[in-house]
Amino acid sequence: MHFKGYRRKNSRAGIRNHVVVLPTVGCINELASEIASKVDGAIPLLHNHACIRLGPDLLRARRTLAGIGTNPNIHSVLLVGIGCESITAEELAEEILPYKQVEAVTIKKDKNYNSALEKGVAILRRLVRESSEVERENCDIADLTVGIKCGGSGSVSAIASNPATGQASDLLIERGGRVIFSETAELIGAEHVLARRAASKEVSEKLLGCVNRMKREIAEYGVDILGSEPTKGNIAGGLTTIEEKSLGAIIKGGNSPLAGVLEYGEKPSSSGLYFMDGTTQASQLFLGMFTAGAQIQVFSYGGGLPARFRGLPSYPPGLPVLPVIKVLGNPEDIEEREYFDIYAGGIISGEMSVKDAGESLFEEFIKVASGKMTVTESRGGYREMLQIYANGLLM
Amino acid sequence: MKKAILMDKDDNVATVLEGVKKGEMISIISTDSRVIKSIEAGEEIASGHKIAIDSIGDGETVTKYGEGIGTATCLIDRGAHVHIHNVRSMLKYDSN
Repeated sequence: MHFKGYRRKNSRAGIRNHVVVLPTVGCINELASEIASKVDGAIPLLHNHACIRLGPDLLRARRTLAGIGTNPNIHSVLLVGIGCESITAEELAEEILPYKQVEAVTIKKDKNYNSALEKGVAILRRLVRESSEVERENCDIADLTVGIKCGGSGSVSAIASNPATGQASDLLIERGGRVIFSETAELIGAEHVLARRAASKEVSEKLLGCVNRMKREIAEYGVDILGSEPTKGNIAGGLTTIEEKSLGAIIKGGNSPLAGVLEYGEKPSSSGLYFMDGTTQASQLFLGMFTAGAQIQVFSYGGGLPARFRGLPSYPPGLPVLPVIKVLGNPEDIEEREYFDIYAGGIISGEMSVKDAGESLFEEFIKVASGKMTVTESRGGYREMLQIYANGLLM
Repeated sequence: MKKAILMDKDDNVATVLEGVKKGEMISIISTDSRVIKSIEAGEEIASGHKIAIDSIGDGETVTKYGEGIGTATCLIDRGAHVHIHNVRSMLKYDSN
């Protein structure tokens, strides 16, 4: 089975062909933004990294910035740096170079803002024109990596949108693809069920280790997770306990064996289903999925108020390079249908089966991978800075 | 007849797919849409909320998706609304 994608050297195929301007540190966002504003078709990926991160958070920021550059949805990268930052343009260029064209301008090398601006614009125009010559070719569906997240959870999530998403996940994995799901806090109370599906004892132990660490951190913070999960909105929707919410959440990953457990932004080593140890916050999580090589992101909605405000939290507005396929599960929100790519609410009203909805989502993977715009891509406009995940001390 | 879906054959609660009133008969269906049985709603239950398909004793495990989702904090009659007023999490808060 194939899709029409962009072949890349030394990596899987891309489904988009973006040229991005990537600052090495948030201090230089303005220059990156100004360079991109002068070139049609270039995307500035402004972010919040600053030289105040330590140890694991600094490593995570480095992995994230390099991972943005290496994702196959990106044709080429213009790095914009200063020269005094903790993660330099030279280091990032070295990591990105095996996979694609990467260029850099810095205040240090190019003397000042104006000369870096002029040089950056010239380089970027060339990259954008070169990208416009690349054509889509037949690529194996096994090249796809799909990230999965759920939100707006109610008890219908586990009956409609999550099982449909799980079905599509299984179909992709059967054909050699990779699927990543995450949200460590949402495993609490259901970790033993997912651990039973682990491909090895090591994977099972790593998974339980992530959840135990999360529980310990929550307790050290002096918070009773049972007091905040399930949320008020979840309870109004019929979810009674955290176990029930978590069991419903893991359904979105389907029934495949768990091939591995990843760090935030870490790339899967082979095909199959992966769990990423990460946050539930949508835009930070989507950035982690993109860094891990995901070309498509699925957002499975239960329904309710989160399904009705159209943009956030589904849309990581600074990350237009990762198409998001939104799935709606609740027929009570049918008037919002046009803001979703796939409707699974027919499962609740008895008009469609989980199999039907799962197959239509899987077909949507191939269509979007071949160039079809998602609803979110077609809306455009509103953008925010990328938020790189940190969970430690900031100086 | 309005429906409630049983996610696993061993579950003792089903999820109501459309809000029901006290005394209304509900058809309990499986995930592949087979009708398993009919029960009477003991009270008003909102869409997406759970109904006991058998009586559940005080301290017994409430089961959904074939897994325990909590412990009954009192006797729950067949047909009753099952939610935070009669179920608690099986997890314990450990502040140490």
